[in-house]
Amino acid sequence: MAAMPRNDLLLFLGFTLVVLAMPIWLQPFGAAYPDLLQRFMIFGIFAVGFNILFGLTGYLSFGHAAFFGVGSYAAVWSFKLLSLDVIPALIFAIVVSGVFALVIGFISLRRSGIYFSILTLAFAQMSYNMAYSVLTPITNGETGLQLTLSDPRYLDRAIFEAVPGQPVPTLLGQSLGGFAGFYFCAGFLIIAFFIAQRITGSPFGMMLKGIKTNQTRMHYTGFNTKPYTLAAFVISGMYAGLAGALLAVTDPLAGAERMQWTASGEVVLMTILGGAGTLVGPVIGAWLIKYFENIFSAINDSILRRFFDFLPDGVDSAMVTVASKFVGEGWFLTLGLVFVIIVIFLPGGIMEGVRRIAHLFNRAPKAPGKANPQPQPAE
Amino acid sequence: MTILKRGLSRRRVLQTGLAGIIGTGISPMIFSRGAWAQEFCNNPTGDTVTFGLNLPLTGAYAEEGADEQKAYELAIKHLNGEGDGGLISVLTPTALKGNGVLGKKVTFVTSDSQTKSDVARAGATRMIERDGAIMITGGSSSGEAIAVQGLCQELGVIFMAGLTHSNDTTGKDKRRYGFRHFFNAYQSGVGLAPVLAEAYGADRRAYHLTADYTWGWTQEESIKNATEALGWQTVEAVRTPLGAADFSQYLTPILNSGADVLILNHYGTDMVNSLTQAVQFGMRDRQANGKDFQIVTPLISELMAKGAGENVKGVYGTSNWHWNLQDPGTIAFTKSFGAAYGSPPSQAAHTAYVQALLYADAVERAGTFYPPEVIKALEGFEFDGMGNGPTLYRAEDHQCIKNVLVVQGNESPTSEFDVLNIVQEIPREDVAYDPAMFGGELGPAEPVPMCA
Repeated sequence: MAAMPRNDLLLFLGFTLVVLAMPIWLQPFGAAYPDLLQRFMIFGIFAVGFNILFGLTGYLSFGHAAFFGVGSYAAVWSFKLLSLDVIPALIFAIVVSGVFALVIGFISLRRSGIYFSILTLAFAQMSYNMAYSVLTPITNGETGLQLTLSDPRYLDRAIFEAVPGQPVPTLLGQSLGGFAGFYFCAGFLIIAFFIAQRITGSPFGMMLKGIKTNQTRMHYTGFNTKPYTLAAFVISGMYAGLAGALLAVTDPLAGAERMQWTASGEVVLMTILGGAGTLVGPVIGAWLIKYFENIFSAINDSILRRFFDFLPDGVDSAMVTVASKFVGEGWFLTLGLVFVIIVIFLPGGIMEGVRRIAHLFNRAPKAPGKANPQPQPAE
Repeated sequence: MTILKRGLSRRRVLQTGLAGIIGTGISPMIFSRGAWAQEFCNNPTGDTVTFGLNLPLTGAYAEEGADEQKAYELAIKHLNGEGDGGLISVLTPTALKGNGVLGKKVTFVTSDSQTKSDVARAGATRMIERDGAIMITGGSSSGEAIAVQGLCQELGVIFMAGLTHSNDTTGKDKRRYGFRHFFNAYQSGVGLAPVLAEAYGADRRAYHLTADYTWGWTQEESIKNATEALGWQTVEAVRTPLGAADFSQYLTPILNSGADVLILNHYGTDMVNSLTQAVQFGMRDRQANGKDFQIVTPLISELMAKGAGENVKGVYGTSNWHWNLQDPGTIAFTKSFGAAYGSPPSQAAHTAYVQALLYADAVERAGTFYPPEVIKALEGFEFDGMGNGPTLYRAEDHQCIKNVLVVQGNESPTSEFDVLNIVQEIPREDVAYDPAMFGGELGPAEPVPMCA
C-alpha cells in the first residue's frame, strides 16, 4: 500500500470503523435508530461531495440541493418505470444528476466568487419552482412523488409477476428497511469518502487546491482551469445525486422541499461547521446538524420537565420555560448559536478544534510549519 | 500536470475496501433478526403504550397543528381516566373504560412536521423506530397525510389521519393502514353547491385560486364539478404555491377576467392572507356582470375565520364540525376543551380528538394491539355521539361518512369565537358516494416484517 500514505490509510480505516460501529456508540445519545443513521450516511455523502467543490476548489455553490433533488426524482422514477431494484435507480440517478450538473456548471462556472454563488442559487431556485409547480406531472408538486401499486415497472413485470403489497425498493430481492438500509448507505459513504480522499491526494486534487489558492496565478503558469473546475462541479453534483437517490431508496418519496434553498444552505452549514477543506469535517458537520434537527426538535415540555425535576419548584418551571425556546420548533435557535460560536472561535470548524486539542497534547516541536497549521477561515 | 502514479497497492486498497463492504452486507441480517422475533411492529410489552403525534407546529398550517396537539393531549388524559372524561361517556357503542388502552397507560411523543411531506415522513419514521409508537396520528395537510399513510403501510403501523380534506387520502392514495375521520373535498362540493346556487343564482362565473398540491387539486375539481352541474361557469383556475405570503400577483388578473365569484381553495394562513388581500383589493365592493362580486371559501375553520376577522363576514364555506352544535357530544367536548384551554375547539382539534378515541376504542374491541385486528374493528364501524351525528367508518375506503356543515361568516359576532354560523347541516345520505369513484387500492392488512 505504498501509494497510499500511512496517515491516509489510518484515517480511512478509522473512519470506516467509526461509521460501521455507529449503531453501538450512538446508543447513549438516543440516535441509534435506523432512520436517523441512514440520514447521517446520506447527508455525509452529500457534504463530502460538496466539500470537493467548496473546500477543495473554493467555489461556494448555493444550489447543491438541486442535484440532490434531481437524484431523488430520478431514483423514484426508476422505481416506478423500470424496477424496484436499487442498482438501476442509483446508476440512473447519478447519471441524470451528473448531466444536470454539467449543464448548470458549464453556465455558472463562467463566473467565480459571489457571482458564481448567485448563479447556482438562481438555478436551484428555478429547479425548485419547476419541481413545485411547473413540472407537476413529473414531480407531483408539493404532494411528492410516491410509489403506487399500479406503477408500470416494465423491467420487473417482464421478469416476474407483481407481488401484492406496498412496493418497497430492494437490493436483489433483499429489502432495505431498517438497519439493512443503514449498512447499505454506510457502504456508499465509505466508498464516497475513499474516493474523496483519493481525489484530495491526487494531482487532480492538487490542481483544485491550486485553483482555490490563486486562480489567476494558475492561469499565468499556463493552466486552463476551466476543465478542472467543471470536473469538480460535476463530481460534486454526482455525489449529491447519489445522496438524493439513497434518500429515495430508504424512503421512496421525493418531495420538492429537498430542493429548496434552505436545503442548499444546510449543506453549506454542514461543511463550514465541520471544517471546509478537511475530509472528515463535513461529515461530522452533517451528523451534528442532522442530530440537532432530529433530536432537539423532538424534545418537548414534558421531557424538559422530567430533566429539570431535581430543581426546586419555582426554578424548574422557569428553566423549562427558558430551555423550551431552544428545543422543539426552536431548535434552529440552538443550531444558530452553535454556528455563531464555532465561526467566531473556531473559523476552521470543528476539525480546527480537534487540531488545537491534539496540539495541546502534542507539544513536542516538529517541523515549525506543520505543528501549528494556520486556521483556514471558511469563505 | 503530472502523471498519476499507478500501482498494485491502490488496487489492493480497493479490494480490501470492497471486501469490507461485502462483509457489511451480512451484518444487517444479524442486527435485524431480533426485530422479527417481535410479533408485530412496536408491540407494547410494558405497562404503557405510545401514540405518535405528527403535527405541523411551523408552516402555513401551524395554528391548526397547535390546536390538534391540545386536543390529543386532552384525549390522552381522558383515555387515562384523568380530567372529566370528555367524550368517552357519550360515544356509543363504546368499549372504553377510562383506564388507558387495554389497561396500559397512554403516553405520547410529538414531532414537528413543518407542513412538509418530507419532514412529516422523517418524523413519523423516527417516532416508530426510536420511540416505539404503536399508532401515528395528526397532520394538517393532505400532502403530509398521504406521505405518512404510505409509510405507515410499509411499516405496518396504523395511521389515524388528522386534518386532511383531499379526495386522494381515501381515494386514489388510500391505504389499508390509513383512516380518515375528516370529510373530503367531494363532500364539500356536494354540500356547498346548492347553497351557493340558492344564494348567488345559477348563472355565475367563478375564478379559482388553488393551493398547488393534492388537496387543492381535488377540491378545485370537486367544487368545479358541483357548481358547473348547477349552471355555473369556470373562468379560470390558477394554482398558487403552498405557504405563499403574498397573493396580490394572483389577485390582480381576477379584476379583468369577467368573473363574478372568487373561490379560494386555500387553507390555514394561506387562506387568511388571500382572503384578507382579496378584500383589501376591494373585491367584495365590486360589481361584475351586473352582480355583486362574491368570495367563497369551500373549506373554512374557526381558526381561519378568527384570523381573517372582519373579512370573513358573510363568506360561505363548509366545515367538518362546529363547536356551536347542540348535540351532547359537541357540548361535552366544547366544555371539556374550554375548561382546559379557555377557548372553544376548532374542527382540527375535534377530528384529532375523535381519531385518538376511535383508535383506542377499536383496540379495546379487538382486544389486541395487533394492527390487522384493529383494522378489522375499525372497518365498517358505526358509531354515534361524537358530535357529527351517526357516523360510519366505511370499510371500502376508510372514509367516515357523516353529516357535513355549510357555514357562513357571522355578520354580527357576539364574541371573538362566535365567527361562523351554521347555515345548513347536510345529512350524510346526501354526501355519501360510491367508494370506487376515486379508484385506488387499500392493499393488504398483514404487516410486512420490516419494522426495526
